[in-house]
Amino acid sequence: MTLRDLIDKLLGRQPASAGMAKQRLRLVLAHDRSDLNPELLEQMRREILEVVNRYVEIDMEEGDVSLATEDRVTALVANLPIRRARPSPGGSRVERSGEDRPRPTSSPISS
Amino acid sequence: MTAQSSRFILICSGKGGVGKTTLTANLGIALARQGARTAVLDADFGLRNLDLLLGLENRIVYTAQEVLADSCRLEQALVKHKQQPNLALLPAGNPRMLEWLKPEDMRKIAAMVGEHFDYVLIDAPAGIEGGFRNAMAAAQEAIVVTTPEVSAVRDADRVIGLLNSEGVKPIQLVLNRVRPKMMASQEMLAVDDVTDILALPLLGLVLEDEQVIVSTNRGEPLTLGEAGSPAARAYLNVARRLLGEDVPLIDPSQERRGLRARIGRLMQTKIF
Repeated sequence: MTLRDLIDKLLGRQPASAGMAKQRLRLVLAHDRSDLNPELLEQMRREILEVVNRYVEIDMEEGDVSLATEDRVTALVANLPIRRARPSPGGSRVERSGEDRPRPTSSPISS
Repeated sequence: MTAQSSRFILICSGKGGVGKTTLTANLGIALARQGARTAVLDADFGLRNLDLLLGLENRIVYTAQEVLADSCRLEQALVKHKQQPNLALLPAGNPRMLEWLKPEDMRKIAAMVGEHFDYVLIDAPAGIEGGFRNAMAAAQEAIVVTTPEVSAVRDADRVIGLLNSEGVKPIQLVLNRVRPKMMASQEMLAVDDVTDILALPLLGLVLEDEQVIVSTNRGEPLTLGEAGSPAARAYLNVARRLLGEDVPLIDPSQERRGLRARIGRLMQTKIF
């Protein structure tokens, strides 16, 4: 943040446009370079969240998967706040069965 | 055969109207003035304008088309510049050539020109389609021209992607139509923003300059005269850097003096 940005904020003025230009460019270029359209990205985001959710309990609303780009390299960046680890590798099906009691990892999962 | 030292440089931008042809004309003249035998190839067959900016539009007899068809010799098609005999233009052919012209044809033409010149500047058409790909085929290195605007930077990025995939290198950047005052008030992308985003080394920085329009009206590139205007100096510096000279880049924020400029610089201070 520059001094100008701070003054704009304090006075409630619209921020200078160069920062917006940079931010919008970074986003649009990440998409251009990866050739992923927003729908595909959204589908990937949902599937990634589902997979991760099987192992750890995450906030499905807060989870953010996006494309970032730096030095012409595009990266998939996921920021997934973990509420807590799942009590067993069995996933959501055994979520409520064990309270805090540790379960042996080799235990068979009944369905 | 082609001289070992010939350099084939593509001048491209993706977006139209950012100053490709103006740069080609000025750089051609500037290189020629420095003693380099220079040819400028108009590879924009659809909308050719390089002849007009160089003031050579009335002297065209043959074009690349007749050379390719073997109906004239290359020397007959090349138009030598009156004031700067080190510079020659190979005019673009008829727009109908686009229907059959192939990358091999451009490569062949460029190689023929390269036998007689140290520098071959290829003025690419806007866009990323066939015409651009033809022009790219003839090049070894590239200069990407852009302006500090979102659409121009985005299009430049697409072009850089294509150049990278074709192995054209080095790729250098010329940032055109820079307005120091707008940059100072952070209403225009900063120079570092553009070079960071595109990840290219900066070959030149050209300030917005009304003299460019005056010079195109006359058909006399700015670099023909004494380097009086900011853009003329910038173009000459680009030529000197291409020739290997170490010329420092201007700092747009230092181009303005006085209290307002100093306050502007203070406002750009990063506080956190």
